[in-house]
Amino acid sequence: MINAVRSLGRRGIETLWRGGVMARFFWLVITSSTMSFRRFSLTIREIYFAGVMSLVIIMVSGLFVGMVLGLQGFETLQKYGAEETMGVLVALSLVRELGPVVSALLFASRAGSAITAEIGLMKATEQLKAMDMMAIDPIARVVAPRFWAGVISMPLLAALFSAMGIFGGYVVGVALIDIDPGVFWSNMQAAVDFRYDVLNGFVKSIVFGIAISIIATFEGFDAEPTAEGVSRATTRTVVTSALTVLLLDLVLTAFMLRGVH
Amino acid sequence: MRTAYWFNATSLSHRSNTANHIFPLNQTNSTPLVEIDDVNFAYGKRPILKGISLKVQRGKVVAIMGGSGCGKTTLLRLIGGQLRASQGRIMVDGQDVGTLDADAMYAMRRKMGMLFQFGALFTDMTVFDNVAFQLREHTDLPEDMIRDLVLMKLDAVGLRGTAKFFPSELSGGMARRVALARAVALDPMLIMYDEPFAGLDPISLAVVGQTIRRLNDALGATSIVVTHDVVESMQIVDYLYFVSEGRIVGQGTPDEIRASTEPFIKQFVHAEADGPTPFHYPAKSYADDLGLTLPKGAA
Repeated sequence: MINAVRSLGRRGIETLWRGGVMARFFWLVITSSTMSFRRFSLTIREIYFAGVMSLVIIMVSGLFVGMVLGLQGFETLQKYGAEETMGVLVALSLVRELGPVVSALLFASRAGSAITAEIGLMKATEQLKAMDMMAIDPIARVVAPRFWAGVISMPLLAALFSAMGIFGGYVVGVALIDIDPGVFWSNMQAAVDFRYDVLNGFVKSIVFGIAISIIATFEGFDAEPTAEGVSRATTRTVVTSALTVLLLDLVLTAFMLRGVH
Repeated sequence: MRTAYWFNATSLSHRSNTANHIFPLNQTNSTPLVEIDDVNFAYGKRPILKGISLKVQRGKVVAIMGGSGCGKTTLLRLIGGQLRASQGRIMVDGQDVGTLDADAMYAMRRKMGMLFQFGALFTDMTVFDNVAFQLREHTDLPEDMIRDLVLMKLDAVGLRGTAKFFPSELSGGMARRVALARAVALDPMLIMYDEPFAGLDPISLAVVGQTIRRLNDALGATSIVVTHDVVESMQIVDYLYFVSEGRIVGQGTPDEIRASTEPFIKQFVHAEADGPTPFHYPAKSYADDLGLTLPKGAA
């Protein structure tokens, strides 16, 4: 019993300590970001790897999620004779919640894990040490461009996810179920508010982008420099990012809804 | 903190044999480039270096030798400022490495080159880009000049023809030589080599060894080679230090080392399995470990 409490306490302290180290790392990344903007080509290169290379999975997933939403929504809405508001259901679900959250989860799995593995392997093969010995700060040269690439890519990917999802909903609603396209779009236009729906979704995706990018870069930088260490760090990135995104979504949604009512 | 420099004619007598290094006011080329004085270092509670003192004279190739885990690489990392000594002083080019702030440390590292044990080449860049990396980061040289400099460095290590290759396309020896070209890209005054001969075939080993000596003399640099390869290092270095259990246990020129009767040096140079460095790692008695009990009356 004593051992269990001791172990719990030790884990608690370790988690707290790790959180503190990550906060310091975050501050270091922010203060070392000048190069990422002065030499923007470094960040553009990382946007290509993190963002552009994630396009396929994000767009295809968005399309399918939108189509499924359309089918499920139609099934429920028709019971109340409100199937013409299917476009509203699809758009609000995607723009407010599913777009930012699902694209963040996909981004963490696709790009976050790749960032961790890349930085972790650079550490294991002493490339970061070599860079440091060359008087080049690895945080400024390697970490910061990847961090900002993630922050910039995430809202764009979330927007694309939502756009593809709405298109998926349109295909199901208009092409398969035969809802009038004018009704589909006009209901959506009337119900979706730019400030409370689109902008809030955008804010969420930026916050998720910051969280995933800092977790991914930190885990890579902090990885044990062995094959097993890098593998564990990659897993930690995906798990921690997913949990963080869901927790942040709850908190942000609570604040945003409070703003509406 | 900036150091005053002589810019008048008298400074010529205080220049090193490298034309491109101007030494601070308080220095002459007779002062050692690296001076380590009574340095202690521990990883946590495990002591690695215990009161190490050594000097590396300018223009020389000096080897630091010793068995695996004796603290050789730690010593290099202390000189490069990647670790801080818990006690003692490390002077490089007249500056105390332990007291430098981040900017001063980076300014000093620009005058250093380091070859890592497995090269540590950037795997997402070609050989050319690896060697050009520091030139692009630290200078504003035009790209055509960088190209000429990089090809010159690659030619010096015999690998100009691999400029377009990626590190994954190189053999271990070639990667080590490319890393060497990268380490000397900015014509450093101090080049540090961490196990440059590890895992190389005899031909690559000889090529890397000769390249280290040739580059040191051509650049007028000073080199510190951390290694446990006795045969190769004796052929290329001017002076050797032997480290065992965190202490300097012997030193001398290659000829003095060959003639040494010091037990550790003798064991190391002649590759004897047992001696001051025991074959067995300290442990409780073998019988105890196997759970054997001796018969009554047995000694």
